[in-house]
Formats: sequence, structure tokens, C-alpha cells
Amino acid sequence: MKRFISFVTKEFHHIFRDKRTLIILFGIPFAQVLLFGFVITNELKNVKIAVWDKSNDEVTKQITDKITSSGFFTLEEIIYKKEDLERVFKAGKIREVIIFEENFAQKLKKEKIANIQLIADASDANSANMIINYTSGIIMNYTSSINREINLPMQIHVNERMLYNEELRDVYMFVPGIMAMILMLVSAMMTSISVAREKETGTMEVILVSPLNPIQILLGKVTPYIVLSFLNAVTIIALGYFVFGMPIMGNLSLLMAETMLFIILALSLGILISTAAPSQQVAMFISMFALMLPTILLSGFIFPIENMPLILQYISALMPPKYFIIILKNIMLKGTGLAYIWKETAILTFMTIVFIALSAKKFKVRL
Amino acid sequence: MTQEKIITAKNMTKKFGHFVANDNLTFDVYKGEIFGFLGANGAGKTTAIRILCGLSMPSAGEIKVAGFDIYKQNEKIKKNIGYMSQKFSLYEDLTVYENLNFYASIYGMQKNEIKKKADELLEKLEFSYAKNKLIKDIPLGWKQKLAFSTAVFHNPKIVFLDEPTGGVDPVTRRQFWDLIYQTAEEGITVFVTTHYMDEAEYCDRVSIMDEGKIVALDTPLNLIEQYKVQNMDEVFVKIARK
Repeated sequence: MKRFISFVTKEFHHIFRDKRTLIILFGIPFAQVLLFGFVITNELKNVKIAVWDKSNDEVTKQITDKITSSGFFTLEEIIYKKEDLERVFKAGKIREVIIFEENFAQKLKKEKIANIQLIADASDANSANMIINYTSGIIMNYTSSINREINLPMQIHVNERMLYNEELRDVYMFVPGIMAMILMLVSAMMTSISVAREKETGTMEVILVSPLNPIQILLGKVTPYIVLSFLNAVTIIALGYFVFGMPIMGNLSLLMAETMLFIILALSLGILISTAAPSQQVAMFISMFALMLPTILLSGFIFPIENMPLILQYISALMPPKYFIIILKNIMLKGTGLAYIWKETAILTFMTIVFIALSAKKFKVRL
Repeated sequence: MTQEKIITAKNMTKKFGHFVANDNLTFDVYKGEIFGFLGANGAGKTTAIRILCGLSMPSAGEIKVAGFDIYKQNEKIKKNIGYMSQKFSLYEDLTVYENLNFYASIYGMQKNEIKKKADELLEKLEFSYAKNKLIKDIPLGWKQKLAFSTAVFHNPKIVFLDEPTGGVDPVTRRQFWDLIYQTAEEGITVFVTTHYMDEAEYCDRVSIMDEGKIVALDTPLNLIEQYKVQNMDEVFVKIARK
């Protein structure tokens, strides 16, 4: 035990004396959460639009008012001719132009039908889609409000509710993703680098010759990172909770236990990488490309897994962060207990055992 | 010097695929002697020392180190040996004392004992002023001495030195050999690999390896006589020409 303690003490010395390590450990998580929380947003806010009102009557004015007062759009320009259309889009500021046909109110009254054309700048396809949806929604709303007086023979009312994230806030999506990403980065990359460094400097040989057995060495290596990763996880959850209002509906201790499981998984993965990597550079490279990119792209963090080609869906099934993100969202947003996430938990546990077994085997072979 | 055997190797063989790094090595090392393991780079010295230290498993052979079987009593061997790698492996971001303390404590030494012995050692080396300096801030020659002192700090029966004098100047090398002599006088067996032939003459006995085989094993003096030359360097040249 004493040997183990002095080993862990030594590891803490390494960590606290290296500025680079400290920055990765504590600076990056903070910066990431704040960046993702504040900068990256899929929500519509103050989209600049232009209106070409060929009719200019009370109905078109009402509709325009409705749209601009929704908070999603601001009326930037009023245009009067076809040439202006191209000009405003090319200038790039305006993302949507709403065109009312001539004699709009009249037509609506007499023919019961009038046309609005929505033109969006689809050079950014996703937001163009959202802009059109939001605008159509507002216009639909208006149509049904003027129809209320007249009784239509048959009507279907759609009542929608966005469960678990009523305000559709992006932060709810990012906090679990960032947590998975940062724990992966800190745990897997830092341990793999720290083991690789000992290999590089030859100190690993010396401690392998010593009476410390490989298991003690590995445990001694990961213990400091377990502590620090856990602190990181708590920081991220606290930032999400206090700064961005991310709820924690479920059991906090279950949340912490699952986080611990994921940390151990990431650490065992880091050890596995380090047994394969001969140098710090290689360890870092493998961690970056084999862990970071898939975590960001394939875990469902940013892009929904259901929309991926089948083959990528299979690959994403192998990504541990995918399950961790599901677990986090379940506990934090839905408040579910273990009964609903036991499958994901079991998968993560299984992966952890596999990684530990593989690295133990590889580590022994080197002896 | 007693004739008690502290290392015995019979037909020690290590193969990597088709490549035979150690081909049926048979040798004994006696307690308290300085045993030199010589050979050109790639002759198989490092492979042999790694097997004896338990860093690598032999493909075949009967080997005992400090009286323990390397297949079955690996843990006991580890407690009784010290090892210094050719990289002078110390932690660059730890201080001189922290390095000593760390290595001593993983061998199970007590805190008070470590403290006392470390102070004595640093005083003897006239290096007390650097006790709290980081390793990365001290010169290479000192790193080498410290790496050696760390390897024998827990008072092992045998210390294995893998090319311990690479990259340092002749004066420092000479000083380093003084340290080795002192250690041997204290009864610690020294097993040292080197490719510097002048160092071979400092050893009690030397074995010369060539392409995985031991081609000569005797005292330096006997070898010089046997090959009818002036020094070990010429012995080596003669062997290599065969």
C-alpha cells in the first residue's frame, strides 16, 4: 500500500509540474463548455428578412407584423422590384424574402385563396429549412385565427409539445456531449501520454524490474486521473446547471456512478492505447483521431445517429460515448432511473472489461 | 571473491520469429564480481540482460538469478536486483531527492531509512547542494551517477547495468567506474554490458558475444594472453575477424 501511495504521489507531481497538462486538464473543459454553450446555437434569433409587398393592404401588414413581432425575425428591408431580390441575397445579410402577391386581401376575400412566396437563402441548408418552417408556422397560425369566425366543416387541430426540452434549448444537447468528449480527452489521452512518456524515458523499464507488479503500476497511473476526471465531470455538470440552467431531473448519485463508469472506461482505453503506442506523439495522435473525432461525429453528440448511413450507424454502435450520452440525457432531462438505462450501462461495463482485459494481456506480453 | 554462484544460465535462448538473439548462452556469475557482458551493437547483450531482469521471457533455457528460478520465482528475483537502463532513467520533473525517495519506496524501504541513507549518499557524492534540484536541471554525468546510485540504493544482491556509460566523457566514465568498484566492494554483484573495450579491463571476468553466441569467457588477462595481444581492444578485433 505504501508503495502504491508513493507511486500515486509521484504521478501527482508529474501532473502539477507540467503546465501543458494542467491546461488540458482544467482549462479546456471550462473553455469548451462556455464555447459550446454560448457560441454554437441552432436556435433562430433575429434572422434578417426582407418583404416585397405587392399588395400593401391591411392583411399583408398584419401578417408582416406577426412575423416580425415573433422575435425570430427582424425586418431589414422593404423591396419593390425583382432586381432587388438578387441584390439582397447576394449582399448576404438577408436570409429570407417574403413576397405577397398583388391584391392579396381582395383575393383572399373573393377567391378564398391568396399566395405568399417564401424565398430563403439555402447556401446554409439547415437554417434555410428552419427559417421556412418558422415562417410557415406563423402564417398558418394567422390563417387559422381568421378562420375561427367561420366554421369549417372539418378541422384537425395539431397540439404539439416538446417534451424534456420545452424551449428546445441547444445547451441540453451539448452538455452531455461535451462531458463525454472531455472525459474521453482527459482520461484516455492523458493516461496514454503519461504511460508512453515513461516508456520513452526508460523509467517504465526500471519500475517493471522493481517489485511493483503491472497491476499496481497501472492502478497507480490511473488513480490520479480518476480523481481529476471526476472533478472535471462535476465542474461541467455544475457549469451546465448554474450557467445554462441544464436541469438534473434524475438521481444525482446515479448520475455520478454512471460518470465514474465512463471515466474508468476511458482510462482503460487510454491504457490500451499506451500499450500500443511507442511514444507520446503516437499516443496523442491515436487519442486524437481514434477517440476525439468519432466522439464528436459519430456519438450522436451533434449529428443524429438515425440519419447516418447504415454502415456508420454500425460503427457508432461501437462508440462508448454514444451510450454515455444516452444515459446522461436520460438521467438529466427525463429523470429516469436505472431501469431505463440498464442496457446502456451493461454495454459500457462490458466494453470496460474488454479494454481492461486487452490491455492487461498486452502489458504482460511486453514483460 | 567467493565461488558462490549468483547467476546461472544454461542454454539460455531467445528467438524473435526466425531471428535468434540469444543462442544457447551458458555462463555463471559469481557473487561479488564485476561481470562484463561485451559485444558489438546488436550482438544480443541487451536481450540477455532483459531476460535476467525479468523484462523478457526466454524461449528456452534454465536460468537462476540470486538463487531463484526466473520462471517461477520472478517476484523474489525482483526484490533482490537493481537495474539501470542505458537512458539513465530518472524522472526529469522530480527532484533528486524525490527520485531517490520514489525508487526506494517502491522497493519497500521505510521513510526514515530512506531519508538517512539519501543524505549519506548525497554527502558521499558531494552532491548535497542539489538535493532539491529537478533532474532536468542537472548535468548528464550527475544523472548517470544518480541513476546508478538509485539502482543500488535498496541494497540489492545484483545490479544490472545496461550500457551505463554511453554518451559521457572519459573522465566521467572513469569516475563512474570508481562508483562501480565501491559497490562491488560492498558485496553487490555487478553485471554490466558495454561496447567500450577499455572498460572490459575493469571487469573481473568478461564474456564476449557475437551474433547471439558467447564466443569467449574469461578474465581480461587470460583473454589477452590466450589471443596473444596487448589489450582487450585487440582481443575483440581478433574475435570479430574470425
